[in-house]
Amino acid sequence: MIPSADLGSQSFVLLRLGERRFAVAATQISELVAPSRIFRFPLRTPKLEGVILRRGRIVPVCDVAEALLGKSLASRRFYLIAARHYGDKSEWVAVPVSGECELISAEMMAASESDAPHVAGWISHNGEVIEILNIDALTPGGEGLSAPAPSTALLEARP
Amino acid sequence: MRVAAPLSKPIAARTEQIILFRVSGQLFAVSSASVQEVRSVDSLSGAATEINQPTIRKVRHVLRRGDKALYVVSGSAHFGLPPSSAGLVFVLRKTRTAVSVDGIDKMATMTRLQSLPLAYCHEERAWYRGLTAIDQNVIPVVNPEGFLTAEELALLDASLAPEELPEERTEVQTEVGAENPTAEGMAFPE
Repeated sequence: MIPSADLGSQSFVLLRLGERRFAVAATQISELVAPSRIFRFPLRTPKLEGVILRRGRIVPVCDVAEALLGKSLASRRFYLIAARHYGDKSEWVAVPVSGECELISAEMMAASESDAPHVAGWISHNGEVIEILNIDALTPGGEGLSAPAPSTALLEARP
Repeated sequence: MRVAAPLSKPIAARTEQIILFRVSGQLFAVSSASVQEVRSVDSLSGAATEINQPTIRKVRHVLRRGDKALYVVSGSAHFGLPPSSAGLVFVLRKTRTAVSVDGIDKMATMTRLQSLPLAYCHEERAWYRGLTAIDQNVIPVVNPEGFLTAEELALLDASLAPEELPEERTEVQTEVGAENPTAEGMAFPE
């Protein structure tokens, strides 16, 4: 990531998906990692591709390009590992991106009621107006959590 | 005078024996403690009765164990995988379910079961107890109670006529604790 200083503003990570750029609040980002093997297994949740192993943690991979661009990414250069909130819990999700990411400071403009749910706000950067993504609205989860968890003798760990 | 601190006992890692198996080429794991028997599909061919419940297409056969009906779930149909030729059936302990699988890959020891990430929010939450990493592979650990819901079991029970249930003839040979397990039937002690 390429840092640039602008005191008094919030930090955002700029990411590239195809030809477009988006922003995510830097506080939500854990790291940017090279693509690694995706482990796939049967599932019914849309948008999820599988999981990656990252420092002993199992992190789900969620392609948000389909929702934002209308098509999947042709090439992936990195996975942006971001926090996804589920009520008072949060877990990491890996979002494939197609180019370098950049850490910037900018002033955020709040989203309006007419904006899509995945828009957390807007920033202006180098003459470009960029959407700030609401990762929680873009990635699945939460709605099916009332399913009973089976009991297990082995200690379970949250990712 | 300084008193030596008592040595703390080493904490034994909690482990669980699992069976790694394949369905349509996909690798899964199940706790060996939840598998009562492993039977070859051939050994069940005379004992199973066909069942046709249009809303539950993944169950095509039923076995009778005493007064209990045991429903054979197609592993590939359950997980939405391409049909495959099942070679084995796992009879699952404390359930009324058996599941057909391609074959066993190997046995392994699981030291850590990670809950399914919360991003998974559909049927798979019932299918899996969680995920485990074995030899740098991430493998879903199936939930033995996740193959059939109570509603599905009730529907299947309702679709059975009493005379449709033949008693399984080979049951005595392969019950838990049977000696000399064979390729046709292998019992797993609890």
